[in-house]
Amino acid sequence: MSAETMDSVFIDIELDEPAASDPELAKKLEEVCTVGIFKATENGTEIVQGQLDECVLCYLCEEAAPEGSLRIIKKYEA
Amino acid sequence: MIFYEYEARKIVELAGIPVTKYGFCQTPEEARKIAEEIGGPTVIKSQVLTGGRMKAGGVKFADTPDEAAQHAEDILKLEINGHMPVGVLVDPKAEVKQEYYASVVWDGTAKRPLMLFSDMGGIDIEQVAEEHPDHVGRGHISNLLPVGDYEAKQVIAATGVTGSQLNRATPILAKLARLFRENDMVLAEINPLAELTDGTFVALDAHMEMESEAEGRQKQLLRKELGIAEDDTRDSYVPSEFEKNVKEIDAADHRGVIQGKDHGFEGNLGLVIGAGGGSLTLTDAVRSQGGKPANYSEIGGNPSVAKACGLAKEVLKKDGVEKIAVMMSIVSNTRVDIVARGVIKACLELGKDPGETIAIFRIPGAWEDEGNKILDYYGVEYCDRSVSLWDAAGRAVAKIQEGAGA
Repeated sequence: MSAETMDSVFIDIELDEPAASDPELAKKLEEVCTVGIFKATENGTEIVQGQLDECVLCYLCEEAAPEGSLRIIKKYEA
Repeated sequence: MIFYEYEARKIVELAGIPVTKYGFCQTPEEARKIAEEIGGPTVIKSQVLTGGRMKAGGVKFADTPDEAAQHAEDILKLEINGHMPVGVLVDPKAEVKQEYYASVVWDGTAKRPLMLFSDMGGIDIEQVAEEHPDHVGRGHISNLLPVGDYEAKQVIAATGVTGSQLNRATPILAKLARLFRENDMVLAEINPLAELTDGTFVALDAHMEMESEAEGRQKQLLRKELGIAEDDTRDSYVPSEFEKNVKEIDAADHRGVIQGKDHGFEGNLGLVIGAGGGSLTLTDAVRSQGGKPANYSEIGGNPSVAKACGLAKEVLKKDGVEKIAVMMSIVSNTRVDIVARGVIKACLELGKDPGETIAIFRIPGAWEDEGNKILDYYGVEYCDRSVSLWDAAGRAVAKIQEGAGA
């Protein structure tokens, strides 16, 4: 296994449309995440791949997003 | 951070404590000029961050400026305990009536500064305390409340000093206590504090040590008053690439703390260790069971994945490292899963199999179950708090020795 080809090793985040394109939600996600995984852009939420492994599993992003639209995936549980 | 004597004298002077008219210089010619200005017998002292100057010939007395220049030339070439001097201090040879000792040290047990005073100065305070305990006065000061002169007076009076000596020494010890607190020192010592033949008191020698973590907020003193450059580490040896890199990784991220040392370590077992004295205990445990550590490290305070990864990577990149042992005492604020992610990520990014590379992972505590899931997934051997630090270290040593024997 080589991490060089992977953006993250342990954590992935799935964010469905239309939530992903919502600029208001993007701002909210950027605000609640303490480790900088979300970046708010004009087009909605950008997930900062390099920060994914810093996720502290607080689930504040899941709570901030419309129910079921955002999922934190622990790759080691797959 | 340790200070040279000439810097310690300056700190004392800035605090309003009387000092002799000394001068710091780096050439024999400058030493001659200072001696001429002093206009009498002088003492030439090597400026090195090590003890034993007198025995090594790093302190010499001169009657004339020419003699001072000659001594300066000799001392500037003299290596003491592996240290070359950064210069010499030229000091007047004082007419001393009596030598005293004054210091403030950090008392780690009481967690407060401790004032010490003795009327037997000029020799090691430890020796005085052992042989003449009634000649050493002690008194703690508050970490927060202002230091009153009366507190210093009580400490000095406890040694039997009275009269004008008591009145003259009191403000000096009180000022020393204030400078200790204001400058985040862990040691502020004047030895000897001399009573001259005219009855005045002056600091003839001073030793200062500042808490390293406080350097950032003492820039005014360090950079402006003392002119110490930012890259002046004051280490007693040149830091290795490993040490420099770990320091940089730590400085780049405020989360948690990592430290790494490899001076004198040449083993094959890398150590990613820490927590509440765990680093020292674990390094000893590895060595005592025949292991050869490649480094010493400290990790704690809930570091980020990037920081844990950075430390583990630096350890793994060291020449001769075959495996790493990731071990800590029981942790409460540092998350086990975050450290597990960091060290596994380090292995993967260096193209190594975490299951083969991590000899043992023993970090019981916060988020341990989550950490175990990650360790299971990557096939890393781990153990919980039922396995002692000693036994965990032993397992790591056995594993690396098995590998060497195979």
